[in-house]
Amino acid sequence: MTIEIKTSMLEPVRHTFAHIERRFGDKPATRYQEATYDVQSETNFHYRPLWQPDLELNDPRRTAIQMSDWYAFKDPRQFYYGSYVQQRAKMQEAAENNYAFFEKRNLANHLSEELRASLIRFLVPFRHVEHTANLNNVYGAAYGYGTAITQALMFDGMDRLGMAQYLSRIGLILDGNSGDSLVEAKTQWMSADIWQGVRAICEEMLVTKDWFELLIAQDFVIDNLVANLVYEQWDEHLVANGGQDVAMLTEFMRVWHKDTARWVDAVIKVAAAESEENQLLISDWVTKWRGKAAEAFAPLCNEMLSENALTDALLVMDKRLAKAGVK
Amino acid sequence: MATKKLNLKDKYRLLTRDLDWEFSYQDRKEAFPYEEFEGIKITDWSKWEDPFRLTMDSYWKYQAEKEKKLYAILDAFSQNNGQTNISDPRYVNALKIFLTGVSPLEYQAYQGFAQTGREFGGIGARVACQMQSIDELRHVQTQIHAMSHYNKFFDGFQEFSHQHDRIWYLSVPKSFFNDARAAGPFEFMVAIGFSFEYVLTNLLFVPFMSGAAYNGDMATVTFGFSAQSDEARHMTLGLEVIKFLLEQHEDNVPIVQKWIDKWFWRGTRLLTIVAMMMDYMLPNKVMSWKEAWEVYFEEAGGALFKDLARYGIRMPKYAETIEKEKEHISHQAWWTFYTHGHATGFHTWVPSDEELDWLSEKYPDTFDKYYRPRWEMAKEMEAKGERFYTKALPQLCTVCQIPMLFTEMDDPTQTCYRSSDYEENKYHFCSDGCKDIFDDEPEKYVQSWLPVHQIFQGNCGGPDVEDILRDYYRINVGTDNMDMKGSPDELRWKEWKGTA
Repeated sequence: MTIEIKTSMLEPVRHTFAHIERRFGDKPATRYQEATYDVQSETNFHYRPLWQPDLELNDPRRTAIQMSDWYAFKDPRQFYYGSYVQQRAKMQEAAENNYAFFEKRNLANHLSEELRASLIRFLVPFRHVEHTANLNNVYGAAYGYGTAITQALMFDGMDRLGMAQYLSRIGLILDGNSGDSLVEAKTQWMSADIWQGVRAICEEMLVTKDWFELLIAQDFVIDNLVANLVYEQWDEHLVANGGQDVAMLTEFMRVWHKDTARWVDAVIKVAAAESEENQLLISDWVTKWRGKAAEAFAPLCNEMLSENALTDALLVMDKRLAKAGVK
Repeated sequence: MATKKLNLKDKYRLLTRDLDWEFSYQDRKEAFPYEEFEGIKITDWSKWEDPFRLTMDSYWKYQAEKEKKLYAILDAFSQNNGQTNISDPRYVNALKIFLTGVSPLEYQAYQGFAQTGREFGGIGARVACQMQSIDELRHVQTQIHAMSHYNKFFDGFQEFSHQHDRIWYLSVPKSFFNDARAAGPFEFMVAIGFSFEYVLTNLLFVPFMSGAAYNGDMATVTFGFSAQSDEARHMTLGLEVIKFLLEQHEDNVPIVQKWIDKWFWRGTRLLTIVAMMMDYMLPNKVMSWKEAWEVYFEEAGGALFKDLARYGIRMPKYAETIEKEKEHISHQAWWTFYTHGHATGFHTWVPSDEELDWLSEKYPDTFDKYYRPRWEMAKEMEAKGERFYTKALPQLCTVCQIPMLFTEMDDPTQTCYRSSDYEENKYHFCSDGCKDIFDDEPEKYVQSWLPVHQIFQGNCGGPDVEDILRDYYRINVGTDNMDMKGSPDELRWKEWKGTA
């Protein structure tokens, strides 16, 4: 049996804002729609920026990609600020429980010296890669066009800061909060041969100016390698070598990569479907950064995993690209 | 292994501050290219004191809790037709100004802080800016959601985004933020982080949110409470920026002082609209604009500038002029909107007798002498069926873009005009403060998209004002504009209340 509470019903004059109505009709809109579509200012800017006087403050020409409607980049996760933080809060709660359990049971003590050393050598330095990803995504939020894609880039940027901090915490768990492992990992990052290719490609991304190219380089190419090499292939290696508990500390990253890949793939698919020109740009960028990244990651992969590992990871990337409709 | 206990500062340093590194393969200056062109000297970013040390896991957790509570109340508000519980439908017009004029500024703050959050070479400053950026995105989105329900029952909200880019009075707030974003990253931080968020926020945010509380607007006031802890973080960032710049190099002091002078003046001009809202648009008054200015600027701001004196920073230029302005600007502004009430996206009205008495009491030195007679006249004309609307388009100040409505503060019968010549053209200003800003950077302000000039140049459609209002501004003419009396908003309210 259902019960019905009587409330006074008032007839609304309209169901949503006019710009939402023009896109979706006069019907109740979702919070994602009202928070996202046509929110960014588009015309009649008052002054050219001193830092880029050839362009307007908000200007679609900061990438070579062209779109007739920049709001075509609908986020399949429908993240606006509120839904984003709620989703991440759930993930962090799970992570917090995992970290607490790991520390309470002193699970770090069960790791062999060799394994601890390899975590510091191979995993912890990725916090610098995450930091690069933070900057690259915030770059897109600052210079990209349209709320649909810039907000998603902003969320991604903040996620990367969060993951850089989680990786730092893994270091602190290993060194009893002395910070020695972070210093050691940074020494690896700065001077170990296996890391220099990765560091060089990070520095190269940080001077790259086209924000969509950066999205391809960072969020598609590099992230694809990191997700597959570190959080899948190397995770299997840890399991096989008595390090299965470490997965508790990296579960956040696995869930995150899976979740975020949905959005990245949707972005690439929409941009590529827009025009031949976009398709070509994306495919050139992927080729360029895939080549650079393969070279950069090879020495690390060989030490960390095996010579086949990189080939496998690249195969996963190529499949994703084909699925997104890029030839 | 024994686990060391870490204090917050060490923990934050380890988790965050050490993530950055010295480049070996690229020129770091190319990765952070905008740090030097403004003349600011940063000798050591590591001296940056983090204004708050929030890691992302805590950020997600706290913010999600706040969002959950906020949206629960917004849902309850719409489910229970909370709009019928406000004090008086006139109040909603303040919200229309907020959504069309202020919320888009939150969006620009999101963009501006994303930029500094990418461009500063120091990681501590960058991360603090990034957090402010995503917070500002929160603010624009939660404001849209809070007002979404009002949009369903009142006119004038529906085209907020389109109108922000076009309507004459909305170019005042828009150009303010465009100005800050078009400047370099350090000026942006002094303009928005310090002058706006730290010094003046209490005069924008607090009056609107208190106004909501006094007038039964549960949706907006809940947003206000929910944003309070974000604002507190933003204020500490604004203060840290100033201290950091001043401590880094003595050559920064005169540059920072110039920016404080500029942005303080520009900020107070922007606040004219808040002054008008407080004195005229809130059916239940919180306090007068004059009182707010005294409490939040003269007392609080005075103490702040005393603190900054040790760095060689003095009170902003024209602070004395503004002290006189507090007696006048709200009256001059509402009169301008009242007389241009056919060209606004909200309703205007003559204050009630009770409200006129309140104004007389709050402004004993000026209201009866200069302003009350105008309203008495407007009231009489309206009673005779001759509600007055001016036909003329106002001349705008090239810098603040407010119509030339302000008077000389020592002679409130004399409109204040200033001008400068630049490259064979004459530019007009409402004040010495605005003229100074122009004279310092004329090449920037000659670019201003002045709505009235644009109309005369034929860039906004036409030919008649009504065509422009309807087609270019997308105002529903006869519905969104004109007097509150007889408006569809008022009629609906009467139907809800059974007094139609």
